Amino acid sequence: MNSKMKRREFIKIAGAGTGAMVVAPKLYAEFGKKDEELLESGSAERTPTYCEICFWKCAGWVYKKDGKPWKIVGNEDDPNSRGRFCPRGTGGIGAYTDPDRLKKPLLRVEKNGKQVFKEVSWDEALNFIADKLRDIAQKHGPECVALFSHGSGGSYFKNLLAAFGTKNVAAPSYAQCRGPREEAYLLTFGDGVGSPERTDIVNSKCLVLLGSHIGENMHNGQVQEFSQAVANGATVITVDPRFSTAASKSKYWLPIKPGTDLALLLAWIHVIIYEELYDKDYVKKYTIGFEQLKQAVKHNTPEWAYPITTIKPHIIRQTAREMAMHAPATIVHPGRHVTWYGDDTQRVRAGAILNALLGSWGRRGGFYFPAKAHVPKPPIPKYPKPRRDWRKAFPDQFPLANLALSSGICDATIPSAERNCSFKAWIVYGTNLIQTLPQPQKTLEAIQNLELLVAIDILPAEITGWADVVLPECTYLERYDDLRISPGRVASVALRAPAFKPKYDSKPAYWIARELAKRLGLEKYFPYEKIEDYLDYRLKAIGSSLEEMKKIGVKLIENPEHRFYLEEGEDYEFGTPSGKIELYSTTLADYGFDPIPRYTHHEEPPDGYYRLLYGRAPMHSFGRTINNPNLSQLMKENEVWINRKVAEQWGIKNGEYIVLENQDGIRSRPIKAKVTERIRHDAVFMVHGFGHSDKRLHRAYHRGADDQKLISRVKLDPIMGGTGMRVNFVTFRKEEA
Amino acid sequence: MPRYAMAIDTKRCVGCADCVVACQTENNVPLGYCRDWIVQEMTGSFPDLFLEIRSERCNHCEDAPCVRTCPTGASHIAEGGIVLVTHEECIGCKACISSCPYDARYVHPEGYVDKCTFCIHRVREGENPACVSVCPTHAMIFGDLEDENSEISIALRTRKHKALIPEAGTKPHVYYLL
Repeated sequence: MNSKMKRREFIKIAGAGTGAMVVAPKLYAEFGKKDEELLESGSAERTPTYCEICFWKCAGWVYKKDGKPWKIVGNEDDPNSRGRFCPRGTGGIGAYTDPDRLKKPLLRVEKNGKQVFKEVSWDEALNFIADKLRDIAQKHGPECVALFSHGSGGSYFKNLLAAFGTKNVAAPSYAQCRGPREEAYLLTFGDGVGSPERTDIVNSKCLVLLGSHIGENMHNGQVQEFSQAVANGATVITVDPRFSTAASKSKYWLPIKPGTDLALLLAWIHVIIYEELYDKDYVKKYTIGFEQLKQAVKHNTPEWAYPITTIKPHIIRQTAREMAMHAPATIVHPGRHVTWYGDDTQRVRAGAILNALLGSWGRRGGFYFPAKAHVPKPPIPKYPKPRRDWRKAFPDQFPLANLALSSGICDATIPSAERNCSFKAWIVYGTNLIQTLPQPQKTLEAIQNLELLVAIDILPAEITGWADVVLPECTYLERYDDLRISPGRVASVALRAPAFKPKYDSKPAYWIARELAKRLGLEKYFPYEKIEDYLDYRLKAIGSSLEEMKKIGVKLIENPEHRFYLEEGEDYEFGTPSGKIELYSTTLADYGFDPIPRYTHHEEPPDGYYRLLYGRAPMHSFGRTINNPNLSQLMKENEVWINRKVAEQWGIKNGEYIVLENQDGIRSRPIKAKVTERIRHDAVFMVHGFGHSDKRLHRAYHRGADDQKLISRVKLDPIMGGTGMRVNFVTFRKEEA
Repeated sequence: MPRYAMAIDTKRCVGCADCVVACQTENNVPLGYCRDWIVQEMTGSFPDLFLEIRSERCNHCEDAPCVRTCPTGASHIAEGGIVLVTHEECIGCKACISSCPYDARYVHPEGYVDKCTFCIHRVREGENPACVSVCPTHAMIFGDLEDENSEISIALRTRKHKALIPEAGTKPHVYYLL
């Protein structure tokens, strides 16, 4: 750590304020509490909401019984949940009852030579931020302010910053998650996959999963369809170094050597082409570049792929034939979190090409064309035009990145001779950047170079400890938010209304953003004082109203004209430069990238080291649910999965605590070993989001280990700037645990 | 008289534990306790593995040892064969807990023994138990075995299935579709 790092000290919210210590949480928190603050005591039985625990945003109902919080269940009319929430949504009530929530605005001050948080009024906190922002705009320009955002309330801050004069809005969901997937599908089909995914799983007869652990990720509608497809007898082919839940439901489990998926995909393409198993009419009518592709994969035989992937040639052939047999009702799933090895756009594109050869894009059981809804917004004045944006910091790099890169803004905050301005202020909404971005040491260095860091969140987290101002937001159960407008088999609009009054001194994001806008003279960009009036405007534009939506929660925007699939022989223009599905990408060729994916070898773990893989558990959404009273009890800590034989070599027993050390000597907190047959010998696995370091998170503090801390290296995707994170290797340190 | 039973489709279940959370909120089960839970049973060795995932709870046995051993009659069999505990009559002696082969009961912090009720309050209203109604994978079926056209009767007629610890001889009424 350099001396500069000391300028901004991490403050545990524990040290907050003057005599405002929180009462220790009771074991049976809140449920039996008599003085529950309620909006309409006893009268309203249920309130519509859409879930904020993950990005699927299922619509449901919040129930109160005898005026007390009771339960949350799905809305039967909602296409995203089909009336059934996942465990996190069901346990969402715990987000409201969590006694560890942020309670008052906090301001970093110096007291007796030590930095501490002082509890301040909203007025003081907001005035402080507005003054600082004005000062930064004057000194450096408004472009030096960036927003990191995750969640529904982010849109208000995006509006605020656009009005302020900056376009630097980033979400870790792009460069640290699904960015490469969206770009790969745009390059190939001229359209992204979107969210919820347009995969027609319920009608598919063959589903191919590469590292995508459906069922451990609870992307609700998708899990429901997966389980239905399994019940219908669909063939599932799971490619994963780990025997995932999905693998246990599969006809084929291909325990591939990590980092070699692209070789397998190319071999599959080879078999499909050279055994003439592809959809000839579809390929002829809708694609370009087939001959180039055929040439390019000529040598990618299953025999070539075998020593690379460790998957036997006859299995590669057999699975390719099975895919072709069920085509076009075959889905090579595009995945969601795909930033693995730095060539991720190319790997995902190989899957897209395979889907094109099988003719599954725009076909029943493959990928459907989602119905979309347009819901007008009230007019606001034009935004000022920023003089520059984050791209200027990276001349000639990541030319195909369609969204700002969180990691890029982080890098561009660190002063550099090549730039005339670095970022000076971050507004961080609902994302714990220290655990979300790889290379946390870099994030911390960037933070030291900021003049202002504002964190808006519900719970204390690592990021709030580094902020100058912490603003306590209320939970989604205590606020209105903008409408949820989802594409899908039917487009839908869902309302979130408050079931409870905001607890403590927390406030809704809309109010916070508007109050800042007022102080910056930007009120005209928030024409409605009350969000209810804004929502009513939008709802009336689609023939509904706030009043109606409070009763029904979800409105379907039916369009009988909409077609989900291509018709037999239909002429169709794709959104690519050529208007065709680009097996050979003209765009990639123009930018000097491989127009057809090519296998590149990735570094392998040295002796005694194992590749660090990470993933999800069904009851948690990254770090944000670990402290939830209802969900923490289902999984209190994460474990590291170690192959049984490897564990025997190291003398590691099941359930024993060990420390992981990565290739750069960075060590984890002690983590419990899960000795299992369910993983290969060359990799270990852990669930992401654990190992919190803030003591105020009573249920999350020092539970398990943080994988992100061990991700001190990344491989950048040159096409769009994604940060490949599965390039770190760990070894075991028994004696330290 | 109906005979209520439950079947859990191990092929569909992903072990997400939604049933556990839904039971907790529906029935106000205190945090740290549960009336239902998830079991993952792995057999085989790499790479030939088999994983069975089950949502487990009280089996509402026909020949229920908990009812036989209860000294006060608090544990009893109610309508449809549902095994219940009358909280006011329970003295917390735990005889039922030691007699239950399924470890389905726990002592509530208020002193009485508590367990799955098949959500009898919902069943009386014609609804499914909370766990069944929320299950995102539609892995759970609840119904009346006396009605041969019920979904559960059909499932048990047409699908291979098992019950847990049949050798205990308690005639359990929770089934697992294989």
